[in-house]
Amino acid sequence: MKHYLTLLSHEVRMLLVNPSTYIAAVMFLGVMGFMFTGILESYSKTPQDTSPAQVFFSIFWFPVLFIVPLLTMKCLAEERRLGTIETLLTTPVTTTEVVLAKYSAAYLLYVSLWASTGGFFYILKKFAGDSRFLDSGPLIGGYLFVAVSGLLFIAVGVFASSLSRNQSVAGILCFAMLAGLIVGVRFLADATWLNRDIFTLAKSAVDYAQIFSHYEDFTRGVIDARQILFYFSGTVLALIFSILGVEAKLLHS
Amino acid sequence: MSAPATALQPLAIEVSHLVKTYAGVTAVADISFTVARGEIIGFLGPNGAGKSTTMRILTGYLPATSGSVRICGLSVAHQPDEIKRKIGYMPENNPLPEDMRVSEYLYFRGRLKEVSRRKLGPRIDEVLELCDLKRVRHKIIGQLSKGYRQRVGIAEAILAEPPVIIMDEPTIGLDPHQILIVRDLIASLRGRMTVIISSHILPEIEMTCDRVLIINQGRVVAKGTPTDLRREVLGGSHYQLEVAGDLTSLPAHLALVEPTLTVTAQTEPDAAGFRSVSLSTDRVDEIGEPLLRALLAQNVRVRSLSRVHSTLEDVFLAATRRSWDAIAAPKPAAK
Repeated sequence: MKHYLTLLSHEVRMLLVNPSTYIAAVMFLGVMGFMFTGILESYSKTPQDTSPAQVFFSIFWFPVLFIVPLLTMKCLAEERRLGTIETLLTTPVTTTEVVLAKYSAAYLLYVSLWASTGGFFYILKKFAGDSRFLDSGPLIGGYLFVAVSGLLFIAVGVFASSLSRNQSVAGILCFAMLAGLIVGVRFLADATWLNRDIFTLAKSAVDYAQIFSHYEDFTRGVIDARQILFYFSGTVLALIFSILGVEAKLLHS
Repeated sequence: MSAPATALQPLAIEVSHLVKTYAGVTAVADISFTVARGEIIGFLGPNGAGKSTTMRILTGYLPATSGSVRICGLSVAHQPDEIKRKIGYMPENNPLPEDMRVSEYLYFRGRLKEVSRRKLGPRIDEVLELCDLKRVRHKIIGQLSKGYRQRVGIAEAILAEPPVIIMDEPTIGLDPHQILIVRDLIASLRGRMTVIISSHILPEIEMTCDRVLIINQGRVVAKGTPTDLRREVLGGSHYQLEVAGDLTSLPAHLALVEPTLTVTAQTEPDAAGFRSVSLSTDRVDEIGEPLLRALLAQNVRVRSLSRVHSTLEDVFLAATRRSWDAIAAPKPAAK
């Protein structure tokens, strides 16, 4: 792990000088700001039961599906396409260090993009002057959920990037995997055929992996160790597969 | 960093019975060679001969199917981390990140290669100077011309002063002036670092390398110094004569000068009655003068006498042709 910091600072610097980072950030903030305004408008028309923060974070899946592939599709695919992975791996660094550094840089960017949406709530507080709008519980819970679930989403993206030398293939693969994980599992939970007795194990696994219900728990202030374990173990698994993916491509290149 | 020249000259690189197969295709078939410390060795071979694969295995980037590679006495398969500290590698096509500045890139690579921060600054200045890159140190690599990019790759390979440097086609795409710079650069490493370069440009290899390894179809088909190779592959030396007069007794007189001297080709006399005659001999040293005297003593008129200087190109063509023949025939390449 001696070179992890060198690699990480290199990756972060590369993200900062890359125009695509800023395009992604502007688009992300634009879309999120648009949605936030929409939420506020509906609040101004009719009174609601839930706090704006809760509604705001309930659309987390939308930016996840689009921003995560954009942020991660490049990381390993581009290195392989340019051939710089060869110069990188013939220095004393290990594949693990390379994958972890790329993962951390993408995660840092993802988290800082989300953190910048905190500005919306600050503006709301400043101009509305009404503390009821800013229920700190759902707000903290929502950000915590984004930070913890982001670990897994970014890891899935890095894994997709390790599978192809083509960025767009990696991006589409990542989108499909995330959609399966977030939306697909939700559909499965509603499927009636899973309610049969022989599927009880599968049913409980599907319920365990419900990202939407994790979100609800987090914003209600319930932080379940099992859910955190779900994200951590998923992340570790995805990263191990990414490392194996990079090394397997070397063996068969 | 470099080993003292007076040491007992341990081998920098030992490759024995190296085999690499990709999905049933044999890229490298039983290559063995050794390189002494401080030597510059050139890999020659047609496209797809297995040069790049061999180099990648030497760096530990690709695993070998069988056989062993030792660099500075360490096994590449068992101590990959140690090996990577001992090698400066420039891959084929010299991949570089597009959006970094030259000095930034060298700093990053230096840190990855575990050069301490304190030493790295002066060392970067040194390699920039060596590779004539000072003017572009703040330029973005993606905007550099091919020649500069190539030199950035070379600068990066020698940055950490590794004992072994492996460069895959370092002079490809350079203009003659830049080739000269790169050649001098490589020659300046002689004795301090062990260098392996591969190239298609034969005069290039001939001028810089102490020894040459000709590879074809994944096999070493010839190895040695350029002079040895000439003798081994083409055999002896060759002379070209233009003579007129009675040539019937020529072979007998030639045998008096040198018993192995034989006429290999002879043309019909031209308008002035001169024929051009090719001679070949096993003798390597110059026998032009006794030959000329013998001819003149026989009242043969001589218009010209020259020794044919075969180039490495001839050796390369002859050696690869020989290896194609050997592959076509069932028996292994004959020496």
